[in-house]
Amino acid sequence: MTDFLLYALLAGLGVALVAGPLGCFVVWRRMAYFGDTLAHSALLGVSLGVLLDINLNITIIAIPLTMAIGLVFLEQRGFLALDTLLGILSHSALAAGLVVISLLPDVRVDLMSLLFGDLLAVTKSDLWMIYTVAAAVMALLGLLWKQLINITVDPELAAVEGTNVTLVRTALMLITALVIALAMKVVGVLLITALLIIPAATARRVSHTPEQMAIAASLIAMLTVVMGLAMSWNLDTPAGPSVVISASLLFCLSLAYRRQLS
Amino acid sequence: MSKLLLKLESIHKAFAGKSVIEDVSLSLHQGEITTLIGPNGAGKSTLAKIILGLIKPDSGSRVASSAIRIGYMPQKVTIDPTLPISTVRFLQLANASQQACHDALESMSIGHLAKTPIQNLSGGELQRALLARAILRKPNLLVLDEPVQGVDVNGQNELYKMINSLATSLNCAVLMVSHDLHLVMSATDQVICLNRHICCQGHPEQVTQDPAFIDIFGQTTAVYSHHHDHDHNLHGEVLDETTHTHGADCHHD
Repeated sequence: MTDFLLYALLAGLGVALVAGPLGCFVVWRRMAYFGDTLAHSALLGVSLGVLLDINLNITIIAIPLTMAIGLVFLEQRGFLALDTLLGILSHSALAAGLVVISLLPDVRVDLMSLLFGDLLAVTKSDLWMIYTVAAAVMALLGLLWKQLINITVDPELAAVEGTNVTLVRTALMLITALVIALAMKVVGVLLITALLIIPAATARRVSHTPEQMAIAASLIAMLTVVMGLAMSWNLDTPAGPSVVISASLLFCLSLAYRRQLS
Repeated sequence: MSKLLLKLESIHKAFAGKSVIEDVSLSLHQGEITTLIGPNGAGKSTLAKIILGLIKPDSGSRVASSAIRIGYMPQKVTIDPTLPISTVRFLQLANASQQACHDALESMSIGHLAKTPIQNLSGGELQRALLARAILRKPNLLVLDEPVQGVDVNGQNELYKMINSLATSLNCAVLMVSHDLHLVMSATDQVICLNRHICCQGHPEQVTQDPAFIDIFGQTTAVYSHHHDHDHNLHGEVLDETTHTHGADCHHD
C-alpha cells in the first residue's frame, strides 16, 4: 500500500475514534446546528489565519471558541430563538470566511479541500497533530465522562448534587472545537456535522447504555472511514464525501436491522 | 427546638426588569414540612431555585447550615430519547452505589423498573424515580417542586403518603411547592402563601382563614378534611391584581 493511502487511513481512523463519543453528545444535547456553526467559523479561522499570518492550528480552534462564547452571550439576552441565532452566526461565519479568502492577495488556500476535506493529502506531521489532539480529547472525555452525562440528563439536578455545570459545559465546547479542527482535515467544514451525528445515530439503534453507544459510534465511524477510502480509491471519488456517504449507507442498513428485530 | 437548616432574608429577584420575588424571608427547620403555595406566576419555582442555590438573588441573603445536604425533585426532566439510559443508571448519576439505587427504587415500589429506559416511564413512575434519586443522598432538606404533577388522584394520594413517611424516616426538612391545597394541607407544619411577596404564613388552619389567602384562593373551609371542587381558583391567575396589595391584611414580618 502506498504511503499516502496509509496516512489517509490512519488520519481518518484517529478522527473517527473521537468523533464517535463527541457525536453522541451532539445528538443527545441536540447540538447539531451548533456543530455546524462552529465548523463554519473554523473556515473563517483558516482565512483569518492566512490573512494575518498566524499559525492556522491556533485560529482554527480560537475562532470557533470565540463564536461559542459569543453564542452563549447572545442566547442569554434572549431576544431571538436559538436556531435563528445559530443560523445567523453559522452562515455569516461561512460567508465571511469565503469573502476573506477571496480577498487574499495570492491564493495560497485550496478552498475545495477546506470545504470538503483532503484526506489523501495528509502528511506525517498532520498525523502527529491528529493523534496528539485525539489523545487529549479522549483524556478529557474520560476524565469528565460522568459529569458530562450528568449535565446532559439534567443540569439542575447535577448542579444541586455538586457538579460545576458551567465548567463541564465549557469543557465540552472546547472538546467540540478541537474535534471540529481535526475533522476538517477528513471531511471539510461542510460535512463535519455529518461525521459526528450519523455514526452516533446509527449506534443508538444497537445500544442500551451511553458507553455502549459511544463505543459503537466510534467503531461505526472507523468503519465508514475504511469504506469511504475504499470507495474513493476504486471509483476515484472525493474522499470526504465518500466517507459521509458510507456513514449514511450504514445508517440506512441499521434502520432495516431494527425492523427485522421487531 | 429543631435545628435550623436554611434561612432566607429579604430576598429580591427580578428577571428582565420584572420583579418576581419581593422581600421574602423564611427559615427551614429539620423535621418540618413547609408547603409553598400560590397562583401561577407567583414565583414559587424561582424561590425554590433560590433555596437550592441554583439562582442567585439580586439582593438579600441565603444562609445554609454547613451540614446541609439537599435532595431535589424537579418539576420535570426531559431526557432526549436518543440517550440510552436505564432508570437505575439515572439514579446512579447521583453518585450512589448500584445497591443503594436498587434499594431506593424498591422503597418507591418501582424496583421492577430498574432496567427500563427512563424515557419509557409513565408520569407517576417518573415522579417516583425522581423522588428515589432525591433521597439517595440521605438529604436533611428535601425540595420537591410540584411533586404530583401529571399524576392521577389515586397516585397523588400515594405519593403524598410516601413523602410524609420519608420525611419521618429521614427526619429531614421538606419544602414542597404546590398549587394544590387539599391534599397537601393535612400533613404540613407550615404553609407559605406566595404571590411574589409572602402574603401570609403559618399553620394550615390559620392560613386558610387569612384574608390575604382568601383573596387569592377564595373561601375554602376545612380544605384538608374532604375534597372540594374549587379548581378554578387554584389553577388560575389572581383574578384581579389590583385588589391584592400590601396592607393590614398582609402578615409578613
